[in-house]
Amino acid sequence: MNASPTASTADAPRTTSGNVDPDSSAAAPNPLRSLPLHDLHLERGARLAPFAGFTMPIHYSPGILAEHKHTRAAAGLFDVSHMGQILLRSRSGAGAEAACALETLVPVDVLSLRTGRQRYAFLTTESGGIRDDLMIANFGSFLYLVVNAACVVGDLAHLRERLSALCSIELLSDRALLAIQGPMACAVLSALVPAVATMRFMDAGIFSIDGNECFIARSGYTGEDGFEISVPAAAARSVAERLLDHSSVQLIGLGARDSLRLEAGLCLYGHDLSAETTPVEAALDWAIQPARRTGGSRAGGFPGADVILSQLTHGASRRLVGLRPELRPVREGAVLFADAASDAPLGRVTSGTYAPSAGGPVAMGYVPRSLTQVGSRLFADVRGQRTPVTVCDRPFVPHHYHR
Amino acid sequence: MDIRYTAEHEWVAVEGNLATVGITDYAQAALGDLVFVQLPEVGASLPKGAAAAVVESVKAASDILAPLTGTIVEINPATVADPSLVNTQPMAAGWLFKIKLSDLSELGQLLDESAYRQITS
Repeated sequence: MNASPTASTADAPRTTSGNVDPDSSAAAPNPLRSLPLHDLHLERGARLAPFAGFTMPIHYSPGILAEHKHTRAAAGLFDVSHMGQILLRSRSGAGAEAACALETLVPVDVLSLRTGRQRYAFLTTESGGIRDDLMIANFGSFLYLVVNAACVVGDLAHLRERLSALCSIELLSDRALLAIQGPMACAVLSALVPAVATMRFMDAGIFSIDGNECFIARSGYTGEDGFEISVPAAAARSVAERLLDHSSVQLIGLGARDSLRLEAGLCLYGHDLSAETTPVEAALDWAIQPARRTGGSRAGGFPGADVILSQLTHGASRRLVGLRPELRPVREGAVLFADAASDAPLGRVTSGTYAPSAGGPVAMGYVPRSLTQVGSRLFADVRGQRTPVTVCDRPFVPHHYHR
Repeated sequence: MDIRYTAEHEWVAVEGNLATVGITDYAQAALGDLVFVQLPEVGASLPKGAAAAVVESVKAASDILAPLTGTIVEINPATVADPSLVNTQPMAAGWLFKIKLSDLSELGQLLDESAYRQITS
């Protein structure tokens, strides 16, 4: 049995999870860091593997399939403390000044983001690519950003270089980040923090859990209703255990986190998004509000604006689409062709797996503009064999956000 | 029946010149829940070490290599219909394919149970 050479970057959970000997690939340049909940993961039977410089739980004893289904049926608790939590505060103390400053780095309307609201965004490169994708929450006196683990160092350097004159930038390295996701998430969390029950999707606020200051947003990356909870590291275990006391809550590893987000049609940085893909190519137009587009009140003014604004008007030559493989799973890195015999590659699969709730294989990939129509048929090369895939709508399973 | 193993975590049950092949319990546990199985075609002639089958879990695809040179004479379609059979009964109902061996001398290169246990412990 040979594990396939699935293409993967440092932030990918997938190389290590399926291999027979996951520990042999743990060649990290720096010592691996442990999460605040490391001991809890071990006690609860986690299978751990290196991911983005951290020792992370890939799955627990139920396995990826059962964890995935449990999240959609009840509630899953995810430890995503590897992600970067950053505070951005204007030096003048005016909240709008931090928002204006951040708008010079993202093509997103931050200024109109009201206190207590959160918005999806991305940092762009000078050539219009995506440097990282992130969440921005407005807490009034500061902005709270959550960035990808593999990008923390680069993002911090970028923010400091570009914004230090106007803003203080603080990495919250003493905080854990938990996500509780699924139809039971609200019932479980509101037993601890009753006020969360009135929050709607992408609301964000500061709450106390047992006297600990927590930043809570009604969001997540599974397509389910749920919350992300930033908690002081010292209190992470007690908060996690109080959530796990509820019979409907199970710990869920990174493996199911990946299949859940893919099934929900959500992009993963380093796979579906990168410095080589623009937001328009990645079909993230929806996240660029009118104020930042051509003709808007604050049009442009972010890195790569010329490329991105032009693509918003004229379209991009390729686009990220949902794909349904007809016969078998098609994984990241599979090259796409027009037919079973063609030698001319048309694009590439960027994420692919068997989707437990959709009940079959699903994938995403970049295809030429002429083939983005739902129903377009292409062929993916899976280790020398061509297998048909059909362009389809995302998400692959309906979202259940509490709007 | 003589059961041998490969370092790639396959088991091989040999009866005369017929070998039944599957993956070990260690392999199925390491791969996790299988969701897809692709088997070779009956009649295919495969050299030892050639990719014969594919098993995929949610996270990864793995090649199953022909452990011995020969011709595929039978496959187990039940594993294609229900890949979880390989997880629940890897060394019984979850067998994958049978090979009619063309070179019995290759049997000596397989591992016996104690040698296989050593590489998985």
